[in-house]
Amino acid sequence: MGIKRQKYIRLTLTYLVILAMFAIIIYPLLWIVGSSFNPGQSLSGSSIIPKNATLAHYQELFDTSRSNYLYWYWNSLKVSVLTMVFTVILVSLTAYSFSRYRFIGRKNSLMTFLILQMIPNFAALIAIFILALLTGLLDTHLGLILVYVGGAIPMNTWLMKGYLDTIPKELDESAKMDGAGHLRIFFQIVMPLATPIIAVVALFAFIAPFGDFILARILLRTEEKYTLAVGLYDMVAKQFGAEFTTFAAGAVLIAVPIAILFLSFQKYFVSGLTAGGTKG
Amino acid sequence: MKEKSYQTNHRKIAAALSIIPGLGQLYNKQYLKGIAFLILTGAFFGVFSDLLNMGLWGLFTLGEQTPRDHSIFLMVEGILAVIVLLFGIGFYLFNLNDAYKVGLKRDMGERLSTVKEQYHNLIDNGFPYLIMSPGFLLLIFVVVFPIIFVVLLAFTNYDLYHSPPAKLVDWVGLKNFFDLFQLQSWRETFFSVLSWTIIWTFVATTFQVSLGMFLAILVNQKDVKGKAIIRTVFILPWAVPAFVSILVFAGMFNESFGAINRDILGFFGIDPVPWMTEAMYTKIALIGIQTWLGFPFIFAMTTGVLQSIPEELYEAATVDGATNFQKFKNITLPLVLFATAPILITQYTFNFNNFNIIYLFNGGGPAVSGANAGGTDILISWIYSLTMTSAQYSKAAAITMLLSLIVIGVALWQFKRTKSFQEEDMM
Repeated sequence: MGIKRQKYIRLTLTYLVILAMFAIIIYPLLWIVGSSFNPGQSLSGSSIIPKNATLAHYQELFDTSRSNYLYWYWNSLKVSVLTMVFTVILVSLTAYSFSRYRFIGRKNSLMTFLILQMIPNFAALIAIFILALLTGLLDTHLGLILVYVGGAIPMNTWLMKGYLDTIPKELDESAKMDGAGHLRIFFQIVMPLATPIIAVVALFAFIAPFGDFILARILLRTEEKYTLAVGLYDMVAKQFGAEFTTFAAGAVLIAVPIAILFLSFQKYFVSGLTAGGTKG
Repeated sequence: MKEKSYQTNHRKIAAALSIIPGLGQLYNKQYLKGIAFLILTGAFFGVFSDLLNMGLWGLFTLGEQTPRDHSIFLMVEGILAVIVLLFGIGFYLFNLNDAYKVGLKRDMGERLSTVKEQYHNLIDNGFPYLIMSPGFLLLIFVVVFPIIFVVLLAFTNYDLYHSPPAKLVDWVGLKNFFDLFQLQSWRETFFSVLSWTIIWTFVATTFQVSLGMFLAILVNQKDVKGKAIIRTVFILPWAVPAFVSILVFAGMFNESFGAINRDILGFFGIDPVPWMTEAMYTKIALIGIQTWLGFPFIFAMTTGVLQSIPEELYEAATVDGATNFQKFKNITLPLVLFATAPILITQYTFNFNNFNIIYLFNGGGPAVSGANAGGTDILISWIYSLTMTSAQYSKAAAITMLLSLIVIGVALWQFKRTKSFQEEDMM
């Protein structure tokens, strides 16, 4: 009787906590979805389930003459995808040479990478700004992508090197015996075996620029070139409240696809972080 | 004593001739290599002599007269010149070493490698350098270069009143660091920002970590139904991009129309709280939001660890008569902490530099009278506003250096204990 009662209390408390967490998690999300359907520009007098719901804010976002939202979306996707592609290429090459070759300067370079990955690259934001100004890369997506890719190299190189180290070297040695060249071993033996870690690096390299605010804020100057993070912030900061419902619609349009994408790839994230171990 | 056994002295002559790169190689009868080296050297000076000359001069003086000299451009050129020079020196040392080694081979009467063999050698030994070089060059220009620049900037007086092209910037030694610790206004701001940064890091991270672990253990109980749905919902805050959630929260906490004051507190009959205008409340809100944003990650990690703990451990403990609490304390907790420890520390360093939440939520504000940092500014957001709004570049650089030292210190201490650092090939 005692044990049964105890179990009953324990389970009730558990479900209560879970329910409370559900409320805390879902309330803000519902609130923003509700706001996006509210008529009018401000939120005063709005409710979470709007009485006369409207799609007007979504229409406004899709109308390029009234809003730059579509440009921002396109910019964010462009910058993130290109960053991802370049990061994967460069990181694979560097990680492969660190993992498979013993060359002069290897140890020191690895140490340098280790230290560089600890300093967030936006810490040097003054320098990045001035450098971009001098090279004419200010207000270009190219400049932004270069900074993102460079910043992603140290950490992801360590992550991938750790994984490549676990692929037995006998494989490439026997391929070498059979007369395979350096590039052939890289492309046909090692890279196919490294697909899981390539997926992880690609995901990281996509998500990081997508969510970055500070570098994009410093480097991008014209509104049509903004990424989503900068654009939405601007929308909110300019006249908070005055455009809030439109912002809400914009937020929903970002959150929904990304959340779906994320939930379907979620298991890679966790395994990648635990496997890498060095940084996370 | 081995030296004396050689009849000839090719190695020394070759090395000596290599003071002009290429001559040593020519002397060693490696004509192709020698000519290549000579051309490279010529090209190096031809292309870079202006940069080296101007850059090094500029780096030392930072310019002598306005408007001809722009101190900051000169400094950038100077750093470029130093990087180029380092590459040059590297090549030069390689050239000396190469001439000496080939000379040694001749002294010992060994056959020299043919051009074809040299080519294969170059491909074999050079391959890692070749495939690394694109990434490495990018790293030097967008990561290393800015770091050097910031370090140098910390020792200048570059600010609104010493701004090129109208004014020159000068080297001032450690003045910025002394100012930070000696001038009262700077010292007070610096230490209040630093202490809030530390409190923020510890409280917010500890909250998100404990909540995440607690919920993971809670959901992992055997008799909880609907685990899949519960886990999906608990991951949601992580799935939504953080900048979106933070801006949404900024709206919810808004004092005039936000849902927190109007709907939730109003429902319970509590007076509106000045979330955005009183630092204390902004801090509470920030910690709450970061907990909301950060716990799912820990939750997912811990769930993964929990699922990998073998059931036999608990069964054996039950046989030995352990209570639920004893099982938790002696099996679950140690295993979870051990497996997640390295990632927990990165959570702390992440929040230490968590610019997004501080800036997007309330711009580091509310403003504090008499201080040039907002009430909730952490070091990194303070650096941002010093740079972007008040043009205190050199002070910002000095603070960046201090911040980096803290981060590197903590991280090195951490990495010393992780496996990748103890790998034999790192030693």
